[in-house]
Amino acid sequence: MFGLQKQDAKLLLIVIGLTMLAPFILNPFPESSGWAQFNAGYPDLMQRFVIFGIFAIGFNILFGLTGYLSFGHAAFLGIGSYAAMWMFKLFGMNVLPALGLSVVMSGLFAVLIGYVSLRRSGIYFSILTLAFAMMSYALAYSVLATDMDGPDKQGLLQKGLTGGETGLQLTLSDPRILGQQATDDGNLPVPSFFGLEMRSATELSVGDWVFTFSVGYYFSAVVMLIAFYLSIRIFRSPFGMMLRAIKSNQQRLNYTGLNPKPYTLAAFVISGMYAGLAGGLMASMDPLAGPERMFWTASGEVVLMTILGGAGTLIGPVLGAGAIKYMENILSKINSDILHTWFAFLPDGLEDFVVAIIYPFIGKGWHLTLGLIFMAVVIFLPGGIVEGGRRIGSMFKGRAKKTDAASGGKTVAPGQDPAE
Amino acid sequence: MGILDVKDVGKRFGGLQALGDVNLSVKENTCHAIIGPNGAGKSTLLNCLVGKLIPDTGSVMFDGQSVLGRSPHEINQMGISRVFQTPEIFGDLSVMENMMIPLFAKRDGAFRLHAIESVFNERALRAEAEEMLSEVGMLEKQDMHAASMSRGDKRRLEMAMCLVQNPKLLLLDEPTAGMARADTNNTIDLLKEIKEKRDITIAIIEHDMHVVFSLADRITVLAQGTPLVEDTPENIKGHPKVQEAYLGESV
Ligand SMILES: Nc1ncnc2c1ncn2[C@@H]1O[C@H](COP(=O)(O)OP(=O)(O)OP(=O)(O)O)[C@@H](O)[C@H]1O
Ligand SMILES: [Mg+2]
Repeated sequence: MFGLQKQDAKLLLIVIGLTMLAPFILNPFPESSGWAQFNAGYPDLMQRFVIFGIFAIGFNILFGLTGYLSFGHAAFLGIGSYAAMWMFKLFGMNVLPALGLSVVMSGLFAVLIGYVSLRRSGIYFSILTLAFAMMSYALAYSVLATDMDGPDKQGLLQKGLTGGETGLQLTLSDPRILGQQATDDGNLPVPSFFGLEMRSATELSVGDWVFTFSVGYYFSAVVMLIAFYLSIRIFRSPFGMMLRAIKSNQQRLNYTGLNPKPYTLAAFVISGMYAGLAGGLMASMDPLAGPERMFWTASGEVVLMTILGGAGTLIGPVLGAGAIKYMENILSKINSDILHTWFAFLPDGLEDFVVAIIYPFIGKGWHLTLGLIFMAVVIFLPGGIVEGGRRIGSMFKGRAKKTDAASGGKTVAPGQDPAE
Repeated sequence: MGILDVKDVGKRFGGLQALGDVNLSVKENTCHAIIGPNGAGKSTLLNCLVGKLIPDTGSVMFDGQSVLGRSPHEINQMGISRVFQTPEIFGDLSVMENMMIPLFAKRDGAFRLHAIESVFNERALRAEAEEMLSEVGMLEKQDMHAASMSRGDKRRLEMAMCLVQNPKLLLLDEPTAGMARADTNNTIDLLKEIKEKRDITIAIIEHDMHVVFSLADRITVLAQGTPLVEDTPENIKGHPKVQEAYLGESV
């Protein structure tokens, strides 16, 4: 089906099902319960799940397959965002041309950065990509943010190409070719997909549950599914096999008549384009692009996502992205008051003690939790969440075989609960 | 003139003259063995033929074209395949995938971006790979992880990967080293069969004289970077200089 082998088609169908039902799956707790704060089914976060999923899927094509660890992929995320913003400002508010330019621009930059960086491998490659990303950051932050209009004008380039620290924003005087400069009631127009506004949403109340279905999420989810499908095709193609061969033994590849360089460059460019697509989607969901999107921490984050989920696996990066974004948004919201209400049943002294122990790991301290989880995964579960799922799956399968030989389907993907 | 002509090739590593004025001509569709004590420069010579090393002096012509200055993948595309002294395979890939890579290289050249085609829909290539695998007796291992195989199997896989490209010249660097007697005999039989069935020239480096005398049409003895003698196996057997070179090594 879709030109995929049975196993991969099954995985794709599961992912389609999970992303389409995500507003339900991620909102398991009723609004009035104390657990409601663990609900992740609101559009803003769900969009982040799929957008960073795209970013990580693309990163995995480079890192997971060839083993080349880029430490500067956030540069392409930023380039994609700026490109989309300029398309919104100059052309029109439709997201398709914006995403198109994001992918093209990030691809062009990836050719340049990849061509230079891939002259080296290993740590030197990583350092080169990091240097390029920090240069891009510096360019966006200051160099390209100077007044390019002339001091006495208030034009389009008053704050340069990137808008500097405050970022690139829409204004009421953008000279848009298609569509209006401002809506009828004088507001900024909103990115849309042929009239469907990205931020519009409908809510569905069932008993004590409220489910939100937003255009932005479903649009991003469909883009993610296409990106995911393409990555499966790439993984199973001769090209994907060559990339794995590069990771395995470049020497043999050379003496087998193949030139590893163009293959690695192609992988680099493809993954850069994925990052650009993710950046363009970010700007489409929230029309604003700032330089911090290119900062090295953002590059590091996608490395963590990919390794946490399982580098070189199909679904791992998406799970890793979900897990990290969930922690970032949910764990960080818990504060000491909430902890006190949870542990109120304990005697006072003990309650304070327990809260004091847990406190460093929540709120702003969520990075600490992430760090510990990451270390545990790297040490005990090098294959990441996917390997964890596989181990649990085979444990159940082993048990099922003992009791009932007839039962037991193959667990391809572990459950998509990012809280895992 | 042979299919491979090595003229006055010299190679120096720092103060060590690893090769000095090597002249060698390998005739088409023959098996040419290169023997010599450890450190004689046999592997260095091979490295000069496949683009891994660039000789300091001399020329290397293959099929009427110079190989010097070409990169390894270009030389392979000219029709030279090489088996290494320690097996070089794609350890992270399955045996079948290991076979598919040389087939794609042969079909598509050094680079072609097949990002959407499925590997396993390539029925024709797969059939070729299966045929080759059964020839080396590894068909039932096709789904195995290549890194998890025994050393002997890795060697056989590497040989199959080279042979499936149908090279004009096959270079073998001690293909039976570390193999059990039975495996060595299998390898001899395989190479004999290959020689009969296809138009292929083989250059083989080997310490095992049983292998050399079973396969070689001509033998070159290399010692301290220079060819001592080149002759037929019968004449080499009793040659005093050869005895000397080998005795010299064991002292
Ligand atoms: N890259 C290198 N750098 C420095 N010296 C080298 C290098 N490669 C080989 N040598 C030296 O050159 C000489 C010839 O080595 P070579 O590997 O060609 O010998 P050989 O005939 O293949 O021996 P063996 O039978 O042990 O494989 C040796 O003294 C070796 O130490
Ligand atoms: Mg050697």
